[in-house]
Amino acid sequence: MSSPDPAVLARLREIVGAENVLTSPEDTIPYGFDGTAALKGPVGVVVLPGSTQEISEVVKLAAARGLAIVTRGSGTGLSGGSVPSAGCIVLCLTRLDKILSVDAANLTVRAQCGAITAAIDAAANKHGLFYPPDPGSMKISTIGGNVAENSGGLRGLKYGVTRDYVMGLEVVLPDGRIAHFGNACVKDVAGYSMKDLFIGSEGTLGIITEVLLKVLPRPAARRTMLASYDRMEDAAQTVSDIIAAKIIPCTLEFLDRMTIGCVEDYAKIGLPRDCEALLLMETDGHPAAVAEEAEQMLALARARGARDVRVARDDAEALQLASARRSAFSALARVRPTTILEDVTVPRDKLAEMVAFVAEVAKKHNLLVGTFGHMGDGNLHPTFLTDERNTEEMARVHEALEDIVTKTLAHARTITGEHGVALAKKAWLRRQVGENSHDLMREIKRAWDPQNLLNPGKIFD
Amino acid sequence: MKPSLKLLDYSILQQCMHCGMCLPACPTYVATNKERHSPRGRISLMRAVADGELKLSPAFADEMSYCLGCLACQTACPAGVDYSNLLETARAEVQSAGLNQTFTSRFWRTVTIRGLFMRPRLLRFVGRLLWLYQRLGLQTAFRKIGLTKLLPKDLRRLEPQCPTIATKFSPQLIRPIESPAKKQHRVALLTGCVQDLVFADINRDTADVLLANGCEVHTPPVQPCCGSLHAHNGEANAAKTLAKRMIDLFPPSQFDAIITNAGGCGNHLRHYSALLADDAVYAPLAKLWDSKLRDIHEWMMEHGCRAPRKGLGDLTATYHDSCHLTHGQKVTKQPRDLLKLIPGLKLVELPEANWCCGSAGIYNITQPEQSEQLLVRKVGHVIGTGASVLATANPGCHLQIARGLRQAGSPITLLQPVTLLARAYRKEKMTA
Repeated sequence: MSSPDPAVLARLREIVGAENVLTSPEDTIPYGFDGTAALKGPVGVVVLPGSTQEISEVVKLAAARGLAIVTRGSGTGLSGGSVPSAGCIVLCLTRLDKILSVDAANLTVRAQCGAITAAIDAAANKHGLFYPPDPGSMKISTIGGNVAENSGGLRGLKYGVTRDYVMGLEVVLPDGRIAHFGNACVKDVAGYSMKDLFIGSEGTLGIITEVLLKVLPRPAARRTMLASYDRMEDAAQTVSDIIAAKIIPCTLEFLDRMTIGCVEDYAKIGLPRDCEALLLMETDGHPAAVAEEAEQMLALARARGARDVRVARDDAEALQLASARRSAFSALARVRPTTILEDVTVPRDKLAEMVAFVAEVAKKHNLLVGTFGHMGDGNLHPTFLTDERNTEEMARVHEALEDIVTKTLAHARTITGEHGVALAKKAWLRRQVGENSHDLMREIKRAWDPQNLLNPGKIFD
Repeated sequence: MKPSLKLLDYSILQQCMHCGMCLPACPTYVATNKERHSPRGRISLMRAVADGELKLSPAFADEMSYCLGCLACQTACPAGVDYSNLLETARAEVQSAGLNQTFTSRFWRTVTIRGLFMRPRLLRFVGRLLWLYQRLGLQTAFRKIGLTKLLPKDLRRLEPQCPTIATKFSPQLIRPIESPAKKQHRVALLTGCVQDLVFADINRDTADVLLANGCEVHTPPVQPCCGSLHAHNGEANAAKTLAKRMIDLFPPSQFDAIITNAGGCGNHLRHYSALLADDAVYAPLAKLWDSKLRDIHEWMMEHGCRAPRKGLGDLTATYHDSCHLTHGQKVTKQPRDLLKLIPGLKLVELPEANWCCGSAGIYNITQPEQSEQLLVRKVGHVIGTGASVLATANPGCHLQIARGLRQAGSPITLLQPVTLLARAYRKEKMTA
């Protein structure tokens, strides 16, 4: 853990104030990781800037000295995007947490990059509006991190992902210049859509400092339902039936038996432990439409042999069910010390087949797996339950991951639906996107950040 | 409990997959936004110590002491990390390494934790002296003529916070065995240390509530400290000694339940089996003990607490969850349900009801600044409810929030749920 040279530290202290430069191991070790299992890096210095201007100054200093910068928000990422690299400056943006304005007339929210996702939704709610993307970590994840990772969530099927809500960005470029992209206009075709380049760029192209987000009128009604099945295929088939009936629910989430057990151990809300699949469904919108759609969905679930179907009594229970689902990944950590989380996404109609395949792979490599995810949009989270200190078992985990990726790519789909590439999926990116596309991405990175200062080693080697 | 992080079962550290779900639940992280002051940050430091990457340092010791130990992270943690165990182990290690100790802190530790709280009779004797000091008007007089300024700095700061000592302690209020008209259960009542010195009347109320519900109440006049103070502050051996004394005094096989009415004590009391796991003689007894240990609210609701026929008039009350009752013991619904049994009592929910009030054992003494911030936050919410009574069930929270309400000039009365219930039962008798 080499600390940068004293001149750099002195200048950093000058820019952000001495109390916002952390160098002692007790202060910096806790910034050596994010939410990704089994990954950590050495931290020499953590800088906590208080304004865009300060960030720009820090970046200029880093550029002049050839120092790498690894940006982080709350550190809940799931592909290692903010894991520090050797000799880097960790730039932590949690102090920039203000929600600057809610514009109810134009349906926008302006916020600093460190604003908490759930706080943005809460601020919108005061005006009868809502911010749809709801990643599992929304209670603590920062909006800057959400944009940099293009985070998804439970409502992807109907409402899309973070990209669909970003209207404008303020970004500090790799040389320290401050640039603005996009605006509050729904229609804007002036030049390249540069903001789209930064959404999902995982901290490799610029530092997002401020965001302008689109928000929507809050749906007047919402209904949450839960169906349990003896066979995973039946749950998957129910989802296909719902889509075929021309219904687009906001949420269609599933948990397999292993995940149900872990979630129930944590949440204790009476989930049935003896079923093979649990389908969490939610529809929202106009009260009349919601009532009708909910009836239809319940009937379709029953027709596909759901063993038990029930509607959440009230908002409190609905919230409890959604929170329980959000805890799935962490709850799986109850079983074994290390949880290796996957994020493959396949077409909806291949989902049941993929879940069965994951179970097969786990059996073949003699591994424990829990699978859950977004059935409505084909985004699966097979999670291997293992122990990072057991090298032999970890080797089998990697073989299993290889099998799953190969199968996913055979369907011509994606290795990551919402977690990002960073370190965890780097090895497979080229195989998915192809040589030309991969080369173009790399050329853009090189042209943009010739010194390779921003989050080096992420997405590409 | 293992004496060091290196000897601790490593999988307890690994259980934390650093997902960050604990961050928004942690009062010190929310106050500072620094990872080091968060549960996962502290665990990463503990793991670095266990891995030999970080040496035990004064900064590490500071961090372990800055943690409230409120265990809100345990409620938030889907992975089920045993943070309480980790924190106690880390604190024990810091303690045995002799880090961060000044002569005065060592002196007070010896006097209190190793002295007073190991000897119940001596503790009561000192309590009685303090009572005299307060009763004879010496406290007021000393304050007036500025004599308290002669106290050492630490004591001077604490002197105004010193709670008023009760006129009668538990044995003067509760006979060793009291029987109801129709006996259904045989229970032991733990009178606690602070509870006994300051709130002995709450112990009486607890006994009354038990008697009104068919319990024969056994309350030995001299009881040891449960050892929670010791375990939370890195004195593992003392905690073990006290746990054994407790089990000797209350053989668990002889009671249907062992009742505690202090949230902080209760959370420690119900984990004796972990504390004494390595003790061949006491391990099985401790296991039985744990299975019999009940918080008073839990026990009452488990056996269908009788609703009083009379209420206390129209009353709006709110309820503050003590950390170790809610996050440690997971007793959240029962105290509320118990309050709702009282006719005429309207219960309104307190915003952030389970957010620490800053009392946190001796945290208000060791970390006064952070403690005060939390107190102000709590008192603001309490006043905002518009309730006339705040109910809570832990002596630490009781003293802390009562002080906060006084400072804010609020007329809200602080009472414990059992007191309200006992008063309602008494009213029945008066009108009968």
